[in-house]
Amino acid sequence: MRHGNKPTRRRAKRILALLFCYVTVAGAVTPRSPLSSTNIFAPASTPAKTIFDLSIFVLAVTLVIFVVVSSLLAYSAVKFRGRAADAGREPPQVYGSTQIELAWTVIPVLIVAVLFVATARVIHAIEDAPKPGQTLDVTVIGHQFWWEFRYPKLGIVTANELHIPASDPAHPTPTFLKLLSADTDHSFWVPELAGKTDLIPNRVNQMWLDPPRPGIYAGQCAQYCGTQHAKMLLRVSVDRPADFAAWVIAQQQAAAQDAREIAGKRVFETTACINCHAVSGTAASGRFGPDLTHLMSRATLASGAAENTPASLRLWIQNPDAIKPGSLMPAMKLSDADLDVVTAYLETLR
Amino acid sequence: MSSNAIAIENLQREPQTWTEILHQWVTTVDHKRLGILYILYALSYLLIAGIEALIIRIQLMHSHNNFVSPQAFNRMFTMHGTTMIFFVAMPVLFGFANYLVPLMIGARDMAFPRLNAFSFWLTAIGGLLLYFSFLGGSGLYGAGNAPDVGWWSYAPLTAKAFSPGHSSDYWTVALLVSGFGSVGTAINILATILCMRCPGMHLGRMPLLVWLNLVMSGMVLIAVTPLTAAQVMLLIDRYLGGHFFDTQAGGSATLWMHFFWIFGHPEVYILILPAFAFVSEIVPVFSRKPIFGYPVMVGATIFIGFVSMSVWAHHMFTIGMNSYANSFFTITSMAVGIPTGIKIFNWIGTMWGGRIQFKTPMLFCLGFLFQFLIAGLTGIMLASSPFDWQLSNSYFVVAHFHYVIVGGILFALFAAFYYWYPKFTGRMLNERIGKLHFWLFLIGFHLTFDVMHIPGILGMPRRIYTYEPARGWDTLNLIVTIGAFIQALAILVFVCNLIVSYWRGARAGKDPWDAWTLEWSVSSPPPAYNFASIPAVASRRPLWDLKHPEDPDSRYE
Repeated sequence: MRHGNKPTRRRAKRILALLFCYVTVAGAVTPRSPLSSTNIFAPASTPAKTIFDLSIFVLAVTLVIFVVVSSLLAYSAVKFRGRAADAGREPPQVYGSTQIELAWTVIPVLIVAVLFVATARVIHAIEDAPKPGQTLDVTVIGHQFWWEFRYPKLGIVTANELHIPASDPAHPTPTFLKLLSADTDHSFWVPELAGKTDLIPNRVNQMWLDPPRPGIYAGQCAQYCGTQHAKMLLRVSVDRPADFAAWVIAQQQAAAQDAREIAGKRVFETTACINCHAVSGTAASGRFGPDLTHLMSRATLASGAAENTPASLRLWIQNPDAIKPGSLMPAMKLSDADLDVVTAYLETLR
Repeated sequence: MSSNAIAIENLQREPQTWTEILHQWVTTVDHKRLGILYILYALSYLLIAGIEALIIRIQLMHSHNNFVSPQAFNRMFTMHGTTMIFFVAMPVLFGFANYLVPLMIGARDMAFPRLNAFSFWLTAIGGLLLYFSFLGGSGLYGAGNAPDVGWWSYAPLTAKAFSPGHSSDYWTVALLVSGFGSVGTAINILATILCMRCPGMHLGRMPLLVWLNLVMSGMVLIAVTPLTAAQVMLLIDRYLGGHFFDTQAGGSATLWMHFFWIFGHPEVYILILPAFAFVSEIVPVFSRKPIFGYPVMVGATIFIGFVSMSVWAHHMFTIGMNSYANSFFTITSMAVGIPTGIKIFNWIGTMWGGRIQFKTPMLFCLGFLFQFLIAGLTGIMLASSPFDWQLSNSYFVVAHFHYVIVGGILFALFAAFYYWYPKFTGRMLNERIGKLHFWLFLIGFHLTFDVMHIPGILGMPRRIYTYEPARGWDTLNLIVTIGAFIQALAILVFVCNLIVSYWRGARAGKDPWDAWTLEWSVSSPPPAYNFASIPAVASRRPLWDLKHPEDPDSRYE
């Protein structure tokens, strides 16, 4: 391009502007912050914090009991050890003491009463919390061995990486999760956000989250659900409200249509892929496996079992057992050529 | 009172062939021999389930390890748990009960000797059937092998849709069969204790071991039957078109949970009560004082028996019960800690003012007291349901229950072995090797199970064959694994002690520990008929009365 040419400069500016928008939006919605820890003592949401406060109280009480009783145990073992000089003589044969036994019955009863009252208050605070007006409703469906997320009011279906808006404590916008299961028992556990709640087939459970700080919170399935229970990982991306809105808009779009990848799309649509997977705006509407409409918006594949890279994606389609042995995705037995074009097609599904 | 064996001089007996000896053991109805059979059976399965634990620990040594496949790992933890509960803990405790209860109450055998033998063999066959699954578990589609559904076998994972093949059927049928054995033994113990006590031994004069086994047996009758019922229902689901637990056809997953845990929670109290029994007999003897507060110890036991039936859904705090249900099970689970805690105080009260002898049985009892205290306190934490919403199904729970079962029950069992081995065999276990066993096992135990609480707090769920490196659980798991191998070494030391002492141990007389209950009044090992003439007792410590005629217990009771 020759410098100084007006149409060229205008085109260049347009390209730069587009690039800038893309980078900003992509940078905003693509999680780049590191994964949180899974420490139950690092609460980042009200349910987790309430539990944390109670747990500190319980720990303090049990610590006191431990110190008192173990000291008495150690003391009695040391003070009343038999010495050689005592050989043959028996100590006074004491059978019991009503006062002492009464005391050490009453005190534990009181301790239990206090612990119970403290606990009952937290149970009600979390379980019977009235649902505020402004909430985001997400339906979580557990599968062997992945997570389905549906946002019924927003018309979004996605998998494995949950996006929710951060909730400002001054104007809370919590997320209420409805928990269902398509097959066996599972359990939704993101320790820094809340205690775990199980997903049980034929049962509707619910829980809520209101993390104030954006970030990516890690978790995983916490109820043994079969062979790959260990790799049913969870990511909850807590987004700033503007970022969350941008993510919603992106997710609501039908699948990107990239003319260069027609060959791959044809392979996808004419092999068994569409029996299990859905790509909105195409013939694929299977619900057995994860929705792939915006597959490239996720950081991982196979519910956290692999990074979302072209190489991993290709391997996953070719031989899932190499990444997650026992998962329900079958090896597709595609030729190398078909594998290449299908992978390239899926790489366009942003 | 004359309970000495009548010695017959110059008795001539033909040496027996090994087939005759084998035949005698296989057809025995003698409670002492059946006790030994139970104990030896349990020890063999302890070694097998211990190897399964080591396989688990090697796989979890670091993140993304592939020592075993996920399928094999899932079988390992299922078999480890199932074996340890049903084919190690229950048989060994029934074995000790079988041997000791008739002797301690002055009886010649159990009430139903043939039922006794039948119950043992049912249990034994159950264990063999469970392990046959490794060979015979293949079913349709090549699926199946040993069961891999966890020792709770939760529905609907056990439905045909999710467990094709026969692996989970081996779990179901093996436990169903051995469950009948448990019920048979429980009936026997109850009938023996209620009907065959010697003259003078009213209920308030029974040794605490007898009381604890009485309550334990009552609990077995109530707790095992729901599990058997659930297993039958599961078989109907899998083979006769039933849908009790088949959620795909409207069945209920939580129904299985209720059935299982109303067995499962009393079950762990069934396991701990005999451990309390051992400690309640051994601590007084090595403190040289009677048990502190016998009546309250009995009362607390009965209270535990009842209240433990009301806590089961604390295993289900995360299934989404309403706040009232969660609160109810919180209060009952905390309440059951009260009589249990009181027992700890009474044992310390027994030591208080005594002249403690630190022989190996007492060392293991001290370990028990310290560890059971901690286990009870982590139990209180788990009883607080919101705290449990974080801790449930994590390695914190695994650490807690191993603290109870290994740190509590197994330590008490080791104490019992060192204490009663002389009575069973006529030889003392080697004291120095015993102390080596104790210290080695103590170090290994604490290295493993103290540290294991931490990954739970850091979010590590249980029943996972591997974990992510980014979680920060690697070093902790490595330490846990090292401790496991130290414990394995200690168990080998123990087994060597058992074997070597049988031939080379110092001869034990009738009463090597200067103890006070009736089993120490007969020879070691006791004659087949136990007592030449049935004793009569006047107090809780009949041998104390004999040895201290100037200050007998009977004057104070």
